[in-house]
Amino acid sequence: MPTTDAMKTKPPPTRPVDMCAPLPADAERVRLLARGIVVAEPGRCVECGICSFNCPSGIDVRAVAREGLAVTDRRCVLCGSCVARCPRGTLRFDELGEAP
Amino acid sequence: MTSHHVIVGTGIAALSAAEAIRHADPRAAITMIGPETGPFYSRPGLAYWMTREVPESQLAIRSAAEVAALRLDRRTGRVVGLEPAMHRITLEDGTQLTYGRLLLATGAASIAAEFPGAQLEGVIHVDDLEDARDLMRRATTARAAVVVGGGSTALELVDGLHAHGVETHYCMRGSRYWSRVFDEVESAIVEAGLLANGIRLHRLCSVREAVGEGGRVSGMITERGDHIPCDLLAVAVGIRPRLELARTGGLRLERGILVSEFLETSEADVFAAGDVAQVHDPVTGRAQLDTLWASARTQGRIAGLNMAGIRVAHRARPALNVTRVGGITATIIGQVGAGNDPDLLTLTRGQSERWAPDPDAWTIAGAVRGDRLRVLVSGRVIVGAVVLGDQRVSRALAHLIGEAVDISALRPALEARPDEAMALLLDFCDHHVSDRAAPHR
Repeated sequence: MPTTDAMKTKPPPTRPVDMCAPLPADAERVRLLARGIVVAEPGRCVECGICSFNCPSGIDVRAVAREGLAVTDRRCVLCGSCVARCPRGTLRFDELGEAP
Repeated sequence: MTSHHVIVGTGIAALSAAEAIRHADPRAAITMIGPETGPFYSRPGLAYWMTREVPESQLAIRSAAEVAALRLDRRTGRVVGLEPAMHRITLEDGTQLTYGRLLLATGAASIAAEFPGAQLEGVIHVDDLEDARDLMRRATTARAAVVVGGGSTALELVDGLHAHGVETHYCMRGSRYWSRVFDEVESAIVEAGLLANGIRLHRLCSVREAVGEGGRVSGMITERGDHIPCDLLAVAVGIRPRLELARTGGLRLERGILVSEFLETSEADVFAAGDVAQVHDPVTGRAQLDTLWASARTQGRIAGLNMAGIRVAHRARPALNVTRVGGITATIIGQVGAGNDPDLLTLTRGQSERWAPDPDAWTIAGAVRGDRLRVLVSGRVIVGAVVLGDQRVSRALAHLIGEAVDISALRPALEARPDEAMALLLDFCDHHVSDRAAPHR
């Protein structure tokens, strides 16, 4: 794409943007996202696959849910689609324990 | 020495048994026989496929690699004969096969409609994926459908037809929905949900006959003489264990195949699991049927381990099902009810005989803004619960019931403030049960 004079002369931001610095109101949310994890209760799971179908990261959530394991796939962004859409309440958010 | 294991059936009990055997004995020979040819799939998931919440491809519950790793000798066919003394089965085509240990996981089948006109094309029931495909094919062109029967299966059919734009009538023989499990308030909540979703609800409405044109159903005549035009008439009046094969082998039967806590039948080296098995519970002394997915999965695994020579007893947890009825989520746990239900001749899918109530239990029930919570207490423990709508307390209750937690300290507050039962139970769990033991939220 050709550059224009306007783009060339655009001044840099006066302050660098720190994407990692949360606003105070978001601090708790960010902490939870950092430590959050989706866990499953296999006794409720009927392996319908709605969780896997709705995962935007393509994680096969069903495969871990039926075993009662946690979703430890690093692609999980904790969007909550699987938790919200599971018709049987199999999935829920939990928080990782404190690191040693 | 390796053993030849033969599994009759291809449902979740059969699959779980095969997985347990393979895990315990990598060298075992496993033959699996059943009439279905496709991939292993989620039978309860059919409800969500019919409502278009998942595509059909998503119903397969194991990847090709997982199936290959089981190294099954999978055969298509019906097994029609069993000779326990000879350790031999016979297939419909006359083929005979000997086994070291045999699992019968033949499941249950819908009870066929018996009213006049039941043989017309378009009078259907849904037992498996092929039945569901047939119903959905018909739904694409149908204008109106009638569903008769009860339990969650009937409403899964209602939901599936409605999702395909079919004008859907639900006819109940009785005065209210699923009276075997729900109390009057719960039935009313579900019925209000159905009406709000646009379902045409008919109470005290029995089928006198199905009528048709050119061999196809065109309507239903009620006992009162009303005519409801329809292109489809779906019947869900209950299911019965498939016992024909067990009968040929002379196995001990009641409502299902009687099995011990080790899933052994009355004949040596013959096991049974899933919907067909009536499992003895040494704690209660009763042998009961379950048509729950989780029960079938657990029983299959226990049967598989025992077939592989690992002696493991089945310990039943309180029967739990989470289902959607009238668009409302319902969790049913433990001993909740066993009233008369004119819409069901037997169990429906997703039900348990273990839901029968403790005669000494007393009930606490509260309703807030369309949500309902009913808790049954016997002595110092909660023995059953129905959670309709708001599900925040569902896991807490499953834990309190499953672990038989003493709730006597909570009882006075529950009695005094039943409409606050949900908050009281959550608070009780927070203060009386450690987070590690009770993942209730």
